[in-house]
Amino acid sequence: MKNFMMLFHSEPNPDLDPTPEQLQEEVKAWQDWMGGIGAQGKLKNPGEALGFEGKTMHADGSVTDGPYAEVKEIVGGFIIVAADSIEEAIQLGKGCPALGIGGKVEVRDIMILDGM
Amino acid sequence: MDDKQLSEIFKSEYSNLIAVLSNYYGLTDLQLAEDIVSDTFLRALKAWSHKGIPEFPKAWLRKVAQNLLNEHYRRKKIYDEKITPELGAGNQQFNITEITDKIIEDSQLHMIFVLCDPKLKIESQLCIALRILCGFNIEEIAGALLSNKETINKKLYRAKKVIKERDRVETDLTSKQYVDRLDNVLRVIYLMFNEGYYSGKNEENVRYEMCWEAIRLGLFLSEQKIFPKQKIYALIALMCFHASRLEARTSGENGDLLYHEQDKRKWNKDLIQKGRKYLNLSAVGNSVSKYHLEAAIAYWHTEETEGKWNNILQLYNKLLTIDYSPVIAMNRTYALARANSVDEAIQEAHKLELKDNHHYFCLLAELYHMNNNSDKETEYLNKAIEFATKENEKELINNKLEKASR
Repeated sequence: MKNFMMLFHSEPNPDLDPTPEQLQEEVKAWQDWMGGIGAQGKLKNPGEALGFEGKTMHADGSVTDGPYAEVKEIVGGFIIVAADSIEEAIQLGKGCPALGIGGKVEVRDIMILDGM
Repeated sequence: MDDKQLSEIFKSEYSNLIAVLSNYYGLTDLQLAEDIVSDTFLRALKAWSHKGIPEFPKAWLRKVAQNLLNEHYRRKKIYDEKITPELGAGNQQFNITEITDKIIEDSQLHMIFVLCDPKLKIESQLCIALRILCGFNIEEIAGALLSNKETINKKLYRAKKVIKERDRVETDLTSKQYVDRLDNVLRVIYLMFNEGYYSGKNEENVRYEMCWEAIRLGLFLSEQKIFPKQKIYALIALMCFHASRLEARTSGENGDLLYHEQDKRKWNKDLIQKGRKYLNLSAVGNSVSKYHLEAAIAYWHTEETEGKWNNILQLYNKLLTIDYSPVIAMNRTYALARANSVDEAIQEAHKLELKDNHHYFCLLAELYHMNNNSDKETEYLNKAIEFATKENEKELINNKLEKASR
């Protein structure tokens, strides 16, 4: 088993103004999806959801507004799962609510550094 | 002589006697305490097989253990007076008092804290606490900790050795030590309750005693001023909710797997009330422990309101982010069927792959039953029966098979 991080990308939609019910549904969709991975004993870290406030620091010392420098997408959150291979991790990613709203899921292996 | 009665007496008195004896020894020699208790039981067996079980067997055992202890000290005294002065040691004073219920109570709780010593690995702490305090045999410890007998034996051996090798075991703990060890102590109580609750039908009475004992220890802890109370209250709430169903479980409809099979009229309302009281008390501050979540799930099972199953599902989802176990995974899947849809639950159930667990096949059968697919239901019930080990569980599955084929 190796650990993989799933990063959820989406394009921020300034017009989005969900009702409390819609918000609740979205939370439920995420909880149910993560619960499904947890039920397989493969949720290593429930991660965090990221908000919309953000700034980016640059090498020249400047700080720009927004969590995204040039790209439009922002990272909305992450979790860590355990899987035998990246293919299995991809299987676990299926059904992720980010995909349902036109977002993306980036799956990355987590390096094991010896001696640390 | 009734073997069953005898084993019940031995089981319930084992931990009491060990706790008291060990306290006299300053806890350094658990093996010696265990030897004295074994010796006591051996004498009881001999004496009682001739004359039958005495009217007050527990008093009899305590008296004999006390005599054996005295005898040990007489020998030790000779040793100490004749030999150790030469070596400049042996300054301990022992006052033998009578073994009473009060002394047992204090000794037991104190001892859990002493045994949950962070210098021992956590699993070893649990092993030794379950062995000495709850009177678990090696097999039961292995079952409770999802391990095997060989591993447990090794852990116990090493733990006892570590305790014995120390010059002085800290029997006087500081308040900080008490507080630091609380989490492990709660886990021991939790495992003790679970063992009583989930174990086989054969020894029901002894087992239920274990549940009450765990609740008693929890309540006793909650009265101690030095501890933060939230987790303790949550654990008590959880145990009260579960205990409220003990009777419903024994009434033939064995609800080992899922709540919904039980006759709700048999649930004990007083205990449910107590559960609610402690759950409210536990909801102070921001920390949410496993006990809070499990107690909240148990609470929702006592309710009949809209949204109940979604609440339960969400609590299981949350629980799975801090603690995985096959039981939680299966219960979560059942909640999914009730809250979302059976089809979704079936899909998720197939991902669990608990291939040698009869509860898992029972769950699949139940889900197909909810979908009116009696072929699949029968198929999985047949698989379940392959892996079931306890007679009462086989019987339960057979009953379902009969119903499914109708």
